[in-house]
Amino acid sequence: MITLQGITKRYGHYAALDNVSLEVRDGEFLALLGPSGSGKTTLLRIIAGLAFPDEGSVQFNGEDVTHLKVADRKVGFVFQHYALFKHMTVADNVGFGLSVRKRGQRPAKAQIKARADELLDLVQLGGLGERYPAQLSGGQRQRVALARALAVEPQLLLLDEPFGALDAKVRKTLRRWLRDLHKRMGLTSIFVTHDQEEALELADRVVVMDHGVIEQIGTPEQVYMEPATPFVSDFVGETNRLPGGVHVRPHDLEIIGGTCEPDGHELIVDNIFRKGGVWRVEGIFSDNSVVELDVDASLKPPSPGDSIRVRPRRSKTFTSTGAKSHEQA
Amino acid sequence: MNTLSFIRARHLLIAAALAFIALFLVLPLVSVFVAALQKGLAAYGAALIDPDALSAIRLTLLVAAIAVPLNIVFGVLAAWSIAKFDFPGKSLLVTFIDLPFSVSPVVAGLIYVLMFGAQGWFGPWLQEHDVQIIFAVPGIVLATIFVTFPFVARELIPLMSEQGRDDEEAALSLGASGFQTFLRVTLPNIRWGLLYGVLLCNARAMGEFGAVSVVSGHLRGITNTMPLHVEILYNEYNFVAAFAVASLLALLALVTLVLKSIVEWRFGYHHGSAKH
Repeated sequence: MITLQGITKRYGHYAALDNVSLEVRDGEFLALLGPSGSGKTTLLRIIAGLAFPDEGSVQFNGEDVTHLKVADRKVGFVFQHYALFKHMTVADNVGFGLSVRKRGQRPAKAQIKARADELLDLVQLGGLGERYPAQLSGGQRQRVALARALAVEPQLLLLDEPFGALDAKVRKTLRRWLRDLHKRMGLTSIFVTHDQEEALELADRVVVMDHGVIEQIGTPEQVYMEPATPFVSDFVGETNRLPGGVHVRPHDLEIIGGTCEPDGHELIVDNIFRKGGVWRVEGIFSDNSVVELDVDASLKPPSPGDSIRVRPRRSKTFTSTGAKSHEQA
Repeated sequence: MNTLSFIRARHLLIAAALAFIALFLVLPLVSVFVAALQKGLAAYGAALIDPDALSAIRLTLLVAAIAVPLNIVFGVLAAWSIAKFDFPGKSLLVTFIDLPFSVSPVVAGLIYVLMFGAQGWFGPWLQEHDVQIIFAVPGIVLATIFVTFPFVARELIPLMSEQGRDDEEAALSLGASGFQTFLRVTLPNIRWGLLYGVLLCNARAMGEFGAVSVVSGHLRGITNTMPLHVEILYNEYNFVAAFAVASLLALLALVTLVLKSIVEWRFGYHHGSAKH
C-alpha cells in the first residue's frame, strides 16, 4: 500500500501541490485525472522519487521512502514520450535495468537477452529485439518502454500520460491491453491522464485534481454520477450549467411537450448532429449560453430555429453550502 | 517573377557566392601551398625538419593535447549543469562561457600577464617558488584553454537542452548510477555534437595566435608555437619556410573541414539540431 500524507510542493510562490493526501491499495489501477497544471504529473514524480516534496511524507507498505532516490524505490516508470535509448537496440533497451546492476547481482549477458526476449513476447513484440527505436511505430515504442520498466520487476508501475502521443485507434487497443496486463501481472499501477474517458474506462479509482489539490477520489461511477464539486462535474463528462448552480448531463435532459410544466426551460434549437446512437441538440438558452442535450436517434429530432422546452431528469445542484442531487420520478 | 528569370536569378546568386568563396577563401589557401613549394619540395621539407620548426610543431601538439581534453571535461560539465538543471546564476554562467568569444585574444593574453607576470598579482609569490608561467609553456596552455573554452560547451548546451532529462531519468529509474547514466545514456546521446565541438576546439587550439603571442615571449625552440613560428619566419623574409609551416596549419584546417563534413553527412548531425 502506498500512503501519501500532506504532500506540498512549491515552485517559487506557486504551489504545484497543496497538502495532498492519498492512499493507493495493492493491486489497484489508479488514475490521476486533471487538466494541465493540476499537479498530477508532479504527484506521480514524487511517488516515483523523481521529484521530492517540500512537506509531507511518502510511504510504501508502511516504510518511509520520502527521501529515497528513484533507483532505490523499485518502481517502473513509463514516460509520456517513451524516453527510449535511441542508440540501443530494442532488446538492449529492455535489458538495460538488468545490465546496470552491481556485479554480484547482474545476470549473465545471455540471461539478460533471454529475459528481454521474454518481456518482448509479453508485450507482443517478439522478434523485434534487434531493431532500433526509430524503426518502430508509436504504439510499439510505448510497449517497449513498458517492457523495459517491467524488466526490473517493480511492485509499482507509474505511467505518465501513457497514451498521450498516440492516435485514437492505437490508443484504444493499447488501453484494453494495458488493463489486461495489469490484472495478469498483479501490479499496482498509477497513471496520469487529462483524458476523462481514459480514466473512466481503465481505472478502479479516479483521483480528480485541480490547482494542486484533490477534488474527489472515487470509482469511475461515483465520480461521474456523484461529482463532489462543480469542477468535477464540469471536467468529468459533459455538463450543462443552468441558473442556480444546477448541473445537468446532456443525456439527463428531456424534451417536454406542454408549456405549463413548472420546471421546464425554454431553448431555441441552434444545431443538430448525430453523435453515435443519439442526436446531439445544441440549443440557446435565454441568457445566451449553449445547452446540449441528447435525443434518442429513433425519434424525430427538432429542427434548427424550433423553440423547445426541456426538463432535467436528473441534476445536481451546487451551492455555497454544499451539493444536492435531484431525481425526477 | 516568371520562372525563367527566377532560375536566372538563382544561377546568378549561386555564381556570385561561388566566386566570392573562390576569391577570398580558396585562392589564398592555394597560394599558401604555392608559396611554400616555390623553391621545390626539398626546400619545403628542409623548412619542416628545421629544429626550431620541429620544436614549434611539438609544442603546438603538446598545448592542444592538454587544452582540448581539459575543455572537453569543462565543456561537458558546464553544458550538463546548464542544460539539465535550474540554479541561481545560470544565465550569468552562460554569459561567462561566451566571454572568450567576445573578448579580443590579446586581452585574454594580457589577463594572464597581469595575473602571473613578474609585476602581476601572483608574480612575486611565483618567483619565490621558482615557478614560471608567463613566457613559458604553462602560460601558453592557460591562454589556449581560455580562448578555446566556449567551443565544446556552446555546441552541447542547445543539444542537451533539447534532449531534456527524460532519458537520464529513465536510466535512473531503472537502477543505473549517476556515472552509468552518463556513460551509457548521456554520452551516446551527445557524441556527434561533442565530436563536432572537439574538432573546432582543436583547430582553434592549434591555430591560436593573439593570446599565445602575448604570453609566449617568442623564445625560439622553447615557447614558439606553429603560428608564432610562422610570424617570426615571415618577419625575417624567409617566405618559403614561413609558408611551409603555414601550409601545415592550412592542412589542419582542411582535415578539420573534412572530418566535420563526415560527422554532418555520415551521421546526420547538423549544427544546432539534436536529430539523428
